[in-house]
Amino acid sequence: MGVPGKEELAQFEQAVLPHLGAAYNLARWLTGNDPDAEDVVQESYLRALRFFPGFRGGNSRAWLLTIVRNTCYTWLRRNRMDDVTTELDEEVHGLDNITSNPEAVLMAAARTDMVTRALEELPMGLREIVILRELEGMSYQEIADVAAIPIGTVMSRLSRARARLQKLLTDANPTGARA
Amino acid sequence: MSCRETQELLHGYVDGQLGLVRSLEMERHFRECPACAREYENLRGMRSAMSGSLPYFQPPAGLERRLHARLRAKTGAGRFAVPWKWAAVAAMLLLTAAVTWRTALVSHRPAEILAEEVVSSHVRSLMAEHLTDVPSSDRHTVKPWFNGKLDFSPAVGDFPDRGFSLAGGRLDYLDGRSVAALVYHRRQHVINLFIWPAPEQADSEIQITERQGYHVLHWTKSHMNYWAVSDLNARELGEFAGLVRTTD
Repeated sequence: MGVPGKEELAQFEQAVLPHLGAAYNLARWLTGNDPDAEDVVQESYLRALRFFPGFRGGNSRAWLLTIVRNTCYTWLRRNRMDDVTTELDEEVHGLDNITSNPEAVLMAAARTDMVTRALEELPMGLREIVILRELEGMSYQEIADVAAIPIGTVMSRLSRARARLQKLLTDANPTGARA
Repeated sequence: MSCRETQELLHGYVDGQLGLVRSLEMERHFRECPACAREYENLRGMRSAMSGSLPYFQPPAGLERRLHARLRAKTGAGRFAVPWKWAAVAAMLLLTAAVTWRTALVSHRPAEILAEEVVSSHVRSLMAEHLTDVPSSDRHTVKPWFNGKLDFSPAVGDFPDRGFSLAGGRLDYLDGRSVAALVYHRRQHVINLFIWPAPEQADSEIQITERQGYHVLHWTKSHMNYWAVSDLNARELGEFAGLVRTTD
């Protein structure tokens, strides 16, 4: 396969550059920090350019996010084995490292921090589903495509993720107010 | 529908991913079962609290530029830097001209053509089994669903005690832009209500036309366009329009 020409680059950028925000957000949530997220995004776009001849048009955001997700997994496998191999079906995360702080609960900033930390506590396989659903507003079908799992699994993972988030948030906020 | 089934489908319902029939069954169950209804309220409360608190990380300044440079280095484009730049400028100018021309063309579309478009949209929504993207009779589910999908927030009313019940919403495309489509039921009839901004238009009375056996009602209120279409008789559709027009 030859080097892509400038027309192809223009087409490519037109299709996927508008989704840079979504790509970055997903990478940032999965890697947990900015420099790694930027590396992953750059690598994802280079990969996407290589795969672009096989892209048949349609949902370019889902197509790009599939690549970003896979690049994240490859990258984390290379750099941080632990994050990726965390078993989804076991309660491996302790719930006690989020401290209760009732005063701060009232502050929106503190709540953002708390929700962020709770979501970061989730294993990647659950976290990514929450991001795609709650921040990208994707349909179950789109999420199923991106994460390469059946629709039923999307729903059951969401249900598990939300149950765990709720538990993390109520444990962190024992005054009873809904997080 | 049993409690077990309801539990299994609860998240699908909250996310607006069930079909219309299933969603209505869920809503019937909530009316009959306080325990499931409470669980639904809990989940909804948690979701709405979370959705406002989840940060959406923005890409750092300059990432797009760095990305563009790396991508260009991988292509043939990099070798002809200067001509390409001029070509890009020319393409940009052409594009701007095309967009301006197109905007000028569509912005004052006559009402007759729009009425045709509205009827086609209505018929399409009935044929393609794509009546709703968010099937729910709960307007507090339907209204927030449009957040982030449209650059305006449509008023979503529900009038079950007057015999017009909300069945859901979806995105549609009319007059060269994305619009909100709300779906209502009146007995076995379906009403599509299309809403989008009309920034420069004054409020108008309800106007009625007929197209291919459908009644089409149109009015403008508070700088919004409203188009209601249905095979329902003119009197009842008029009553519906009156209800929508007087609620905000």
